[in-house]
Amino acid sequence: MPKRPQPRFPEPNSQPFWEGVREGELRYPTCDACSEVVFYPRLHCPFCGSRELSWKVSRGEGSVYTYSVVRQNRMPGFIELGAYSVAYIDLDEGFRMLSSVVGVDDPTRDIHIGQRVKVEFEPQEEGDYPIPVFRPI
Amino acid sequence: MAQERSAAIVGIHEYPLRVAPGVSAMDIKIDSIRAALDDAGLSWGDIDAVYDAGDGEAGGGLQLSAYLGLRPRVIDTTQVGGSSFEFQAAHAWRDIAAGRCRVAILSYGSTSASNRVAIGTGSMRAMGGAGNWQSNMELPYGSTLIANYALVKQRHMHEYGTTTEQLAGISVATRRHAMRNPDAVRAMTDLEFVGVNEITAQDVLESRIVADPLHLLECCMISDGGGALVIASPEVARDARKPPVWIIGSGEATKYRENGGDITTSAGAQSGPAAFGQAGVSPDEIDIAMIYDSFTITVAVCLEDLGFCAKGEVGEFAAGDRLAFDRPGLALNTDGGGLSSNHPGMRGIFLLLESVRQLRGESHSQVPGARLAVAHGNGGSLGGTHTGGTVILAKD
Repeated sequence: MPKRPQPRFPEPNSQPFWEGVREGELRYPTCDACSEVVFYPRLHCPFCGSRELSWKVSRGEGSVYTYSVVRQNRMPGFIELGAYSVAYIDLDEGFRMLSSVVGVDDPTRDIHIGQRVKVEFEPQEEGDYPIPVFRPI
Repeated sequence: MAQERSAAIVGIHEYPLRVAPGVSAMDIKIDSIRAALDDAGLSWGDIDAVYDAGDGEAGGGLQLSAYLGLRPRVIDTTQVGGSSFEFQAAHAWRDIAAGRCRVAILSYGSTSASNRVAIGTGSMRAMGGAGNWQSNMELPYGSTLIANYALVKQRHMHEYGTTTEQLAGISVATRRHAMRNPDAVRAMTDLEFVGVNEITAQDVLESRIVADPLHLLECCMISDGGGALVIASPEVARDARKPPVWIIGSGEATKYRENGGDITTSAGAQSGPAAFGQAGVSPDEIDIAMIYDSFTITVAVCLEDLGFCAKGEVGEFAAGDRLAFDRPGLALNTDGGGLSSNHPGMRGIFLLLESVRQLRGESHSQVPGARLAVAHGNGGSLGGTHTGGTVILAKD
């Protein structure tokens, strides 16, 4: 099992997101006042300053906006991984998140911009929180 | 020209060593301040404004002032990553023009190489400490600083058909300049570069990939180093030892990851036009472009955003050796850049220093008759939260 770093709490902006992940949901806030999607999650709306936000549940599907394959990372937990991807995923509900595309034979060849992907919650060797990653549909 | 000339860079110093074991960041700052004052023909007691990014052990303008033993009338601790010095130079210009101070110092010192700091290949935020709204969303994915820039290159290639061979032109021209700069040659030697020689686009393509699609020869070095510069009022500048180099325009901006945003456009798209507009000059009048070259893609995107070519056309603009000092048109990073001369972590000060050398006629890769330079710093991380700081400089 992977050993990705865990989110650290208390951290009020992202805590509801991660509680959602633990329950198998990809949640995102929207602004009650101006309806914009707020991401990364915050305790205010960056478009209008409102503090009134509501959490919604994403279907977890989107496309790869861009990606890279990391060949060299000296951080513990990643040194042993070999080449792995990082990617910005544009979710169909309109938010962009940093994540990783997994489940391909060779990340240097099998990932491309525009590729359709779906979230999955990857269990970790240590810690309470699985990490949301994406697999090609 | 009609611009208001209310402050000038009158003294500069670049610390010569890129590997300086046993020397502290503060030593580098103090040595550099002393040498820059000497270059200007000014003395310690003339300093009445301190600008500091909090590098070294100084902890910003307050602590540096105390260590220097000065009582400045202006203290500015603007810290916006590698572009801090472009922001600070603009602020010093503004403060001098307002009559708040007469002689401002900016300094930088870092021992990133001797301390073995993995700036590019460590994860973007160190382990430990509390989470915050960004780190909790990013740290689990192991994105390195280099990967963050690679995300931009990947998208640029996808949208505009840009190739690594084209962008390699940035590495090729920069290395040509470095080979003419003895301090850069010593840097590459001391840092044990595989080949201390001119390179070709093919060399760049054959260098190993660090984070797709960025190759090793598209990435800056990690060095020690630093420098200082003195910015002064016109009255002080007229009596300085060297000809003044005037600050005639500036712009600052931030940009960050946004839903649906265009990652191939940087904060420079805001700071660049602001600076050119204030200076009353256009990009095609610029002789020297000192653009923050953390990576080839940083230069590429910023050249477009500053208006040197249209968005998406930098591949053709930079290919071959077109940006070398001895080719017609714009000359890029004539000191050898972060790619091949020095990058201690925040390169912005060197962009100003080499601009001044060019406008004084002192560069190792001198463009004959250079009149106008732009120094553009990109701070933070291009594919995420970053800044753009643009300064336009003019020969006396």
